[in-house]
Amino acid sequence: MFTESRKKALRAAFPHTVPIMAGFLFLGFTLGILMRTSGLPLWYPMVTSCLVYAGSAEFVTASLLLDAFRPLETFLMILMLNARHLFYGISMLDKYRDVKGFHKFYFIYGLSDETFSVNCSAEIPDGIDREWFYYYVTKLDRLYWFVGCTAGSLAGAVFPFPTEGLDFCMTAMFVVILIEQLSKKENIPSAVIGLAVSLLSLILFGANDFLLPAMLGILLILTVGQKPLDRYFLAASGTKADDSHPTDDSHPTDGSHATDDSHTKGADDVC
Amino acid sequence: MLMTLPQQLLTIGVVVLATMATRFLPFLLFPAGKQTPPFVRYLGRVLPAAVFGMLVVYCFKGVSVTASPHGLPELIAVLVVVGLHLWKRQMLLSIAAGTVVYMVLLQVVF
Repeated sequence: MFTESRKKALRAAFPHTVPIMAGFLFLGFTLGILMRTSGLPLWYPMVTSCLVYAGSAEFVTASLLLDAFRPLETFLMILMLNARHLFYGISMLDKYRDVKGFHKFYFIYGLSDETFSVNCSAEIPDGIDREWFYYYVTKLDRLYWFVGCTAGSLAGAVFPFPTEGLDFCMTAMFVVILIEQLSKKENIPSAVIGLAVSLLSLILFGANDFLLPAMLGILLILTVGQKPLDRYFLAASGTKADDSHPTDDSHPTDGSHATDDSHTKGADDVC
Repeated sequence: MLMTLPQQLLTIGVVVLATMATRFLPFLLFPAGKQTPPFVRYLGRVLPAAVFGMLVVYCFKGVSVTASPHGLPELIAVLVVVGLHLWKRQMLLSIAAGTVVYMVLLQVVF
């Protein structure tokens, strides 16, 4: 049943997702081409875009799938990479509180960076059904990503250029996200820790075995250095420990939001 | 392919599990009104930048500085990405331009 209130919610939600459509179609398309030209056929991007639905994690997955089988490293890496989603969830607890049943599951399942940034900060006009608004933002974003990935894979089969070097798009994406992180000075120490520990681990353990020690090393240093690091972070970002939500200004799959940090300053203020 | 199909499926399953753990845990662990542990909030502040630092290193793990071309294509392409991004701040533009430059360097120049 496509009721009038659902139609109104769709009409209200769609404009909020247009910038995301551009980013998702572009990056999904790139991921699809990349997977196809590295020997991962159509069903890989289709399955991962539906089931994983997390842009950077899927780029990393594409590269992990072509490497040796290391489930523990894969789990820890994706967990750390997506740990920011924990805080989207925490920020949305209240908004999704009255949502029940399948919608609740669906909203949480589809809580990507971009969907979070809209559903957390959008001012939904009076008279619009909030639950259907959240639903359509979630649904449209998922759809864009799926269409982008699938179309990219199909295009990859007939890609007219030699694709050697195309995998650099993942490097470029992470470099851009890191630049965005570094442009906030509170992020500099932890970014340097991430870079330095990983580089050291790469030199010590070699390309095949450096990830696990690097991740453990980063977690160890962040844990041991909690006091000074957190003090610096809070001072540099100008937030108080009590009201500060974690900052995450990376929108790995959406260029249009790359410089929009409206929801990073403490989700409490926005939501 | 280094992995068998079942291993690939298992890898995808692990990725789904890890991703969904991060999305569902808050709703399971912190029902409305319950405080998030301070250490968890701290990690939320510092982990993202550290992880993206690690991912950049991960992307360069296959580059050899001792063998020709000594990581030169990667270096040039990264400089293009950084320069363009600091100048224009357009994520998609920086990614596309850097990738094209890298492909040209790899296929035509080096």
